Amino acid sequence: MKAPAFVYVKPQSLNEVFDMLERCGDDAKVLAGGQSLIAALNMRLSAPRVLVDINGIAELAGIRVAGDGVRIGALTRHRALERSPEIARYLPLIHQAMPHVAHAPIRTRGSFGGSIAFADPAAELPACSLALGAEFVIGSKCGERRVAARDFFKGLYETDLRPGELLLAGEFAAIRPDYRSVFQELARRHGDYALVGLAAHARFEGGIYSDAALAFFGVGGAPVLAESAAAAIEGRPFSDETVVAAQSVLEQDLPTHEDLHASAGTRRHLARVLLGRVLRQLAQQRS
Amino acid sequence: METLEFMDISVVVNGTHVTRRVAARKHLVDFLRDDLGLTGSHLGCEHGACGACTVRVNGETVRGCLMLAVQADGAVVETVEGASDSGELAELQREFHERNAFQCGFCTPGMLLTAAELVAREPPPTREEIRLQLSGNYCRCTGYQSIVDAVEAVCRGRRLEKTA
Amino acid sequence: MPRTALRENGVKPDNGISVAHGAANYIGEPLPRANAVRLLAGRGRYVDDIRLPRMVHTAFVRSPHAHARIVAIDTSAAAAAPGVVRVITGAEVARLCRPYVGVLAHIKGMQSAPQYPLATDRARWQGEPVAMVVAETRAQAEDAAQLVDIEWEALAPVTDPETALDAATPVIHPDLGSNLCFERIVDSGGTDETFARAYKVVEASFLTARHTAVTLEPRSVLADFNPADRQLTVWLSTQVPYMMQWIIARHFALAETRVRVIAPDVGGGFGLKIHTYGEDLTTVAAAILLGRPVKFVADRLESFASDFHARGHRVKARMAFSREGDILAAEVDDLYGIGPYSGYPRGSANEGIQVANLVAAPYKQRIYRGRSRAVFQNKPMYGQYRAVGHPIACLTGEGLVDLAADELGMDPAEFRRRNYIPADAYPYRLVSGLTFEKLSQHEALEQLLAMMDYRRLRAEQAELRRRGIYRGIGLASFVESSNPSSATYGQGGASIASQEACTIKLAATGGITVAASVVEIGQGAEAIVAQIAATHMGVPIGEVKVVTGDTETTPYGGGNWGSRGTGIGGEAVLQAAKALRANVLSFVARLIESEASLLEIRDGNVVEVESGAVRMSLEEVARTAYFQTEHVPRDFQPELTVTRSYAQKTYAGVYTNGIQASYLELDPETGAVRLLKHWVVDDCGTIVNPLLVDEQIRGACVQGIGAALYEQCLYNADGQLVNGSLMDYLVPMAAEMPDIEVGHTSTPTATSELGAKGAGEAGTAGAAAAVMNALNDAMKPFGARLYTMPFTPERVLRALGKIGER
Repeated sequence: MKAPAFVYVKPQSLNEVFDMLERCGDDAKVLAGGQSLIAALNMRLSAPRVLVDINGIAELAGIRVAGDGVRIGALTRHRALERSPEIARYLPLIHQAMPHVAHAPIRTRGSFGGSIAFADPAAELPACSLALGAEFVIGSKCGERRVAARDFFKGLYETDLRPGELLLAGEFAAIRPDYRSVFQELARRHGDYALVGLAAHARFEGGIYSDAALAFFGVGGAPVLAESAAAAIEGRPFSDETVVAAQSVLEQDLPTHEDLHASAGTRRHLARVLLGRVLRQLAQQRS
Repeated sequence: METLEFMDISVVVNGTHVTRRVAARKHLVDFLRDDLGLTGSHLGCEHGACGACTVRVNGETVRGCLMLAVQADGAVVETVEGASDSGELAELQREFHERNAFQCGFCTPGMLLTAAELVAREPPPTREEIRLQLSGNYCRCTGYQSIVDAVEAVCRGRRLEKTA
Repeated sequence: MPRTALRENGVKPDNGISVAHGAANYIGEPLPRANAVRLLAGRGRYVDDIRLPRMVHTAFVRSPHAHARIVAIDTSAAAAAPGVVRVITGAEVARLCRPYVGVLAHIKGMQSAPQYPLATDRARWQGEPVAMVVAETRAQAEDAAQLVDIEWEALAPVTDPETALDAATPVIHPDLGSNLCFERIVDSGGTDETFARAYKVVEASFLTARHTAVTLEPRSVLADFNPADRQLTVWLSTQVPYMMQWIIARHFALAETRVRVIAPDVGGGFGLKIHTYGEDLTTVAAAILLGRPVKFVADRLESFASDFHARGHRVKARMAFSREGDILAAEVDDLYGIGPYSGYPRGSANEGIQVANLVAAPYKQRIYRGRSRAVFQNKPMYGQYRAVGHPIACLTGEGLVDLAADELGMDPAEFRRRNYIPADAYPYRLVSGLTFEKLSQHEALEQLLAMMDYRRLRAEQAELRRRGIYRGIGLASFVESSNPSSATYGQGGASIASQEACTIKLAATGGITVAASVVEIGQGAEAIVAQIAATHMGVPIGEVKVVTGDTETTPYGGGNWGSRGTGIGGEAVLQAAKALRANVLSFVARLIESEASLLEIRDGNVVEVESGAVRMSLEEVARTAYFQTEHVPRDFQPELTVTRSYAQKTYAGVYTNGIQASYLELDPETGAVRLLKHWVVDDCGTIVNPLLVDEQIRGACVQGIGAALYEQCLYNADGQLVNGSLMDYLVPMAAEMPDIEVGHTSTPTATSELGAKGAGEAGTAGAAAAVMNALNDAMKPFGARLYTMPFTPERVLRALGKIGER
């Protein structure tokens, strides 16, 4: 499984990246961590004429805490996110998710931006971004624009990125007091893509849920915020009734999706089960 | 800014500085095996799932099949041969040997480099953590248990050394 | 050499083997493998590690269709592509290589069509190789392969064994008249009456998925033909170098003596690498055409599509039993789909034959009817894979046994104990005609129950159930064939050796070189050989050099399959070592005018038995015999290179027995199964190295666990594999596997002096059944049962009634 031939270029600045992308159009693919792209190349699922290696663009890396926000540069490696005390402190949802992302050697190279831009439906970081209401900073020759996570993931491997654009960073609000995050996924084996996963972020104060963001992934082409389920728990305490109420409307929030690992019915069932477990953990988590 | 199908790269491999011209499309393990004759790193799947290709780049384990050789330009690469010759793997090799933690040996280089990261951890990993961290390395011959035993034994040995 | 005292398994080194008094006895010692240290340093030498001058690489063009006519092939664009040396199609290979037919004459009614290395007029499975591109690099070969232009006419594929024999289903090979490859029937008579009269009958259908071996080192071959002396050398990742030597010589009309097959380091076999692959033969053809070294290494995607597959059975089974709990009768109907041809040269019938022969084999019932049918399909080729058919027979029999025990309200261990073949009934002839020399089933059961603290586990299970935690305990008694005679293949006309041989020569400095016909594929064959040779020759093990895997430098033998290496190969080593020892002693006795019976070899020296006094070192013996012949009496010629061979000829196979247990926890909400612990008690007779045997057993268990929980080849209606990568074909990884405790009982076989039986496949024979029984035990409170593997969360949830059909 040897990759097809391509030409390789390693721009030294963002402007060079944008020039290249504009020049090559569909013939080019951006190489960040390469953990998805190079596998696809090896399997000849993809045959770009040009590979634009952005790993030399220093300004794309790094985790920056500023004010009450955290900016994760597109080239931040999964390993860096996993080990970062800032992420553990300010974005505990991502901190909980990272050990589930593939395996350690893949986390060495894999990047935040790659994960978001590739948007595998069973990937962890897109769901976390959705749950945390992140904003993605997107750059191109024309400048920068920002897109909310909820508007970014459109379908199977489909995002709001337009030709010539590059994801630069994700901006997150740091977790506020009284808020809790819980990440859980169900997978056949440790490190596999999830059968179904849930990245949950909600305020839990005085025993009451509010402002819940329940981002399911593995349930369809893109991660989904379960808004009916969130509405069902809004202002309510943790109890069997609350859980059942949320589970019973969950079906309305999730697309029907099946693949060779699980049928639509199985996925819906697992999503309900996961919801119950995550709601319990949100309630029982020590701050 | 040139677009290149072939590129000259400069890499330190197992402590030796090498310069070679490589096709951009060639991945790191093919470069190590074909161009440098370092056949200790193996190919089991070429899509990152089996771990047989695990090598070290700039001190951290990576899937050598998911990294282009040109991306290793300027990097420090270590393979099982280097880590073995330097003696770094000696404790693990001894435990693997005594516990028969390998059979056909095809997964072993990747297993050893993954295990080497584990035994360097502070605090030392639990048995369950060892299993989790080894879960990216496929072995068809052993039942994994002897491998887990071997890694645990090295961790135990190091712990005893520290308290001694 | 460090020795770890890992003797938890209770096997004593003094196991009745007679060794020289006072000499080191390495039999039973858990010695680490001396010759494998280089693998730990990344300095192994697998086929793909070998580079030869002017070597070229290959890639195959494969059929995208499960069944299609090849209308036209245009290779012109590919031939002109950068780096391409040659493009070879089926017609060209067919001119060089005789076709082959995978039938065995002693399997009545078995039929199969002639097969060529590359498809010629039709492709009959998705992934069948159709053309080969030879180029300077593999990457260039793959580039050019995409340029080979093939016009296809898609044909209706046969993909469902259940309908393969229906009148409406196309016959893949019209000349054969049907899609039936073979049928085996075992019938004691009296089945219908017994079932009609029985107190109760239990029945179930057991379904297993198609599996693939997934050796981590893919199939690899490097063929080098020297046109000047017409010598062909083939480095092959194989378990059977002599078989391949014969096949290559025969099918390419080369003199056998001009064909050399070498198995270097082999990265896993498990039966995958005992079959004849079109790619290997095409690589040989290319080497002959080009007169230079040609290498083919399968990548993982093509491995999934073109490795020989296995399992994939549907067994309808029932069992009748009495009110007291005696099994009265069993009946099975097995159906499985193979590829479009029966595999060559071993045939694709053995899986089914074992199923028909061995369901409920551990037990004493004499009324039995079994049928197995193999049907052709347009799916990859099919053949022997670790434990061949035994896992299916075991899970069928053991599943029925648990059902029966449940019906009676009897403890499953007690039901088994009651029904085992009586300990004094051996040798015991089964209804199917096979004979069990001697098993230790009762003993193994007791040992297992003690090891797992069965009563405490049952109590724990009951207590946890009250708290809504659902754990299951599953048992599985199994038998596993080993040390096969020629009954398996030779009698059917296949050129597959059922004997093994060993040549030992005394080196000039007193060590020994042991050339054995066994093949090392990681299981430790070379270590076993060294331990046996050192023990029976009386030399320190550090002075033993072992040579295997090369048809030019080792004596003839069958290689590695059917759990025969230690039992058959080891016996040849033992006899050769004893013979050389005898030759040395009679030589020295003559030299010093003593009697051979008063002398012994210990630690590399010839000593007086009584006093222990050293009379001559082996080095002196060698020097005298080789260099100082003036000291050797005129009428005496010492023979210090000795060859002995051995074949097991008493039974069709020397059966081993064992029992496994699985303890697991079911999450009834998610359908997930967590394996908590696994136990095995195995009887493989004499154990040469328990360290090697135990991890072999664990690895084999894990493959069985893979069958129970994870592995399945999935096809769409067009016969295309839809999960052919390691992302989607799930193999067991470390995080989900339990610790596996291994114990042994020991019934050495009387068919050899060594007494060793095979152990390599035993784990796979019983593991899936144990997990299945444990899962069904866990689901008992829900009244749910599941017999379709793998037990995915979806299947479990459906069995529990948590989800509907959609």
